[in-house]
Amino acid sequence: MKSDNLNILIVGVGGQGTLLASKFLGAVAGMAGRDVKVSEVHGMSQRGGSVITCVKIGEKVYSPVIDLGEADVMLSFEQLEAARWIGYLKKGGKVITSTQKIEPMSVVLGQAVYPANVIEGLEKSGADVTAFDAFSVAEECGSGKAVNIVLCGVLSKLVEDIPEEIWREALKKTVPAKLLDINMKAFEAGRNR
Amino acid sequence: MNSDMELMLGNEAVARGAYEAGVITVASYPGTPSTEITECISKYDAGEVYCEWAPNEKVAAEVAIGSSFAGARSMCCMKHVGLNVAADPLYTCSYTGVNAGLVFVVADDPGMFSSQNEQDTRFHALSAHVPVLEPSDSEECIRFTKLAFDISEVFDTPVILRLTTRVAHQRSLVKTGPRSVPVKPYKKDVWKYAMMPAMAKKRHLVVDERQKRLENCACGLDEQNVTIPNVIEYAENSKEKVGIITYGICYQYSKEVFKDASFLKLGLTYPLSEKLIREFAANVGKLIVVEELEPFIENYIKTLGIEVTGKALFTNQGELGTAAVRKAYYGKDPDCEKLGEAVAIPPRPPVFCAGCPHRAVFYVLSKMGLRVCGDIGCYSMGAQAPYAAIDAVICMGASVSMAHGMTKAMAQCGELDRQKTVAVIGDSTFIHSGITSLIDVAYNKGISTTIILDNSITGMTGHQQNPAMGFTIRNEQTVATDLVKLANAIGITDVTVVDPFDMKAFREAVKGATERDNPSVIIAQRPCALLKYVKYGGPAHIDTEKCIRCGSCMRLGCPAINKKEDGSIVIDPSQCVGCGLCFGLCPKSAISK
Repeated sequence: MKSDNLNILIVGVGGQGTLLASKFLGAVAGMAGRDVKVSEVHGMSQRGGSVITCVKIGEKVYSPVIDLGEADVMLSFEQLEAARWIGYLKKGGKVITSTQKIEPMSVVLGQAVYPANVIEGLEKSGADVTAFDAFSVAEECGSGKAVNIVLCGVLSKLVEDIPEEIWREALKKTVPAKLLDINMKAFEAGRNR
Repeated sequence: MNSDMELMLGNEAVARGAYEAGVITVASYPGTPSTEITECISKYDAGEVYCEWAPNEKVAAEVAIGSSFAGARSMCCMKHVGLNVAADPLYTCSYTGVNAGLVFVVADDPGMFSSQNEQDTRFHALSAHVPVLEPSDSEECIRFTKLAFDISEVFDTPVILRLTTRVAHQRSLVKTGPRSVPVKPYKKDVWKYAMMPAMAKKRHLVVDERQKRLENCACGLDEQNVTIPNVIEYAENSKEKVGIITYGICYQYSKEVFKDASFLKLGLTYPLSEKLIREFAANVGKLIVVEELEPFIENYIKTLGIEVTGKALFTNQGELGTAAVRKAYYGKDPDCEKLGEAVAIPPRPPVFCAGCPHRAVFYVLSKMGLRVCGDIGCYSMGAQAPYAAIDAVICMGASVSMAHGMTKAMAQCGELDRQKTVAVIGDSTFIHSGITSLIDVAYNKGISTTIILDNSITGMTGHQQNPAMGFTIRNEQTVATDLVKLANAIGITDVTVVDPFDMKAFREAVKGATERDNPSVIIAQRPCALLKYVKYGGPAHIDTEKCIRCGSCMRLGCPAINKKEDGSIVIDPSQCVGCGLCFGLCPKSAISK
């Protein structure tokens, strides 16, 4: 995929760090000389609800929001959230999801069941799915909170026209200096998957 | 992107625009999606900009009005429902006009991401005769905010800068500029600033004259370097093609959907430009208005006798988007992925965080089977499963007065359990507009119980200081409103302060208060679990040997307590903060650290 028209959807559960991922991708796009817009959800949904963040990169971007069938790639922090937002992916689009499961309250209370076949369902949909336990990978790099950067690392390998150096520079600009080591490791772990 | 450009949040760009325009005073009450504007302002040097969290939007607006009269450019920021609270000063300061520039930033929330209704601010503007600018990205947030101050001074009027959630919470590229501070001398002028009937009658004439000047300016008649940012972009052979009239975020959606159309992009959505609309309509084929919420622009165009389509295509419910606009006009469903086989996806609404003090409150209230009038804040989630403890939510402060109304009505109707009605309200919301309601309870011999959830912060909007905390927006220490003394001072002596995590004591306090035939206040005091200084010392765990899987702990509705597929109950260490609320609920004492 190329950055002249690239819609990236980031989905997860409130508090998982989707906002930092969008800041990072925004910085990458800016340094690559592209137009970029980001749309975030603040407020109520951040309290453990389902959250979605959009990053749109291109020659000229109008709407900051990715709508149904418009995402080229989806970064998902939690597998159920990948399934919930799959309709926002273009036909045959790319899904990069962590296999982590976080039970919604309806499941905790026994009113609903966490579906067993999520990754399979995603694969059968026709999407190109990369699924792995990004939470464990992030923990191995030093912090479970670095899932966002692991997923961005995977994405970085797929975007053909933005050199690795720009991603690294952008990461330096995005994360606090004392956390750079962990995040750089997380980025590499994702990129080398 | 040029190296001198940066990616900036819409709200931050409004703050930047105000800063560059030389704003000196900013007063606001937090409210999604407007909160970050004032937070960003507070990061500028205190010597350059005075800013404050006011107790509510009315007070914020009046602070800004006073500051404008004094000669300093001033701004107040609020969400759409906040303008209802600030409507009183807005309508009359439309009559007085301003001295230095005065801007009301109002953020509407189509789609209700974090709101209780979808009202459309433009109708307030129409009714108050106040102009409305609507930016569509961060660059325009800066430019239009600066322009708003200029319009305010040139036309002697407050100006509304209207945002919607998608503009406030998008990031796009901007270039920042220098700050310049135009200060006006203060001049006493009662015929302009003291609105009594004789003066107001004269000022109403001024409002109408100003309205005509604004309409002319919207039609392209510039005044003192003020050019209204209404822009026409004609397509080739425009008469054969669709013409779109739109503004704000709807412009961005429309540009993606209608590749071959002509556009009239309105920067000023009130007053509307009759001349430009007539000219545009005459030069395009089918005329379409793309607008969210109410048909404000469409109705105006219809009064001109021009044929136009708007709400016949696009809903007034929720927000629009590229898919909705495309589907409405072209009838085309999005070409998107669908799950290969039916996977039932359980919803994931927001929940009380692990360690949240509200969880204990609603666990107890739900068990007691009381009628509960709720209020605006995180704790409105007490209406959801597993608590289902709240009966009604209307607006800021309404819990206290609704509970009073309920108990009075039930007394009149001879209901014996009338006392079993309580109001639940957060500390910041209580100060916003619960105090006057509580005075009503005391003054009019009410007997309802008001439970103030004092979590030492304004929580839902992302942690803003409030008067009960004793800290200002810039974290300077200040006096703290003493809630106990306040209740006493208005005549309520039955006041209990209790920690809701001591659920037995909390339950006793509520039981006692609702059984007594006098008005009462319970202050449930425990800080928000997300505050940095709140440390519970790490996750708890369940001893699976002792656990009998009775599920008592799960009824708390804590996101950290889960049941595994084999039926065992576990605590997720990545979510548990170790607050210990569940310890006492376990009949086998199986939960510990």
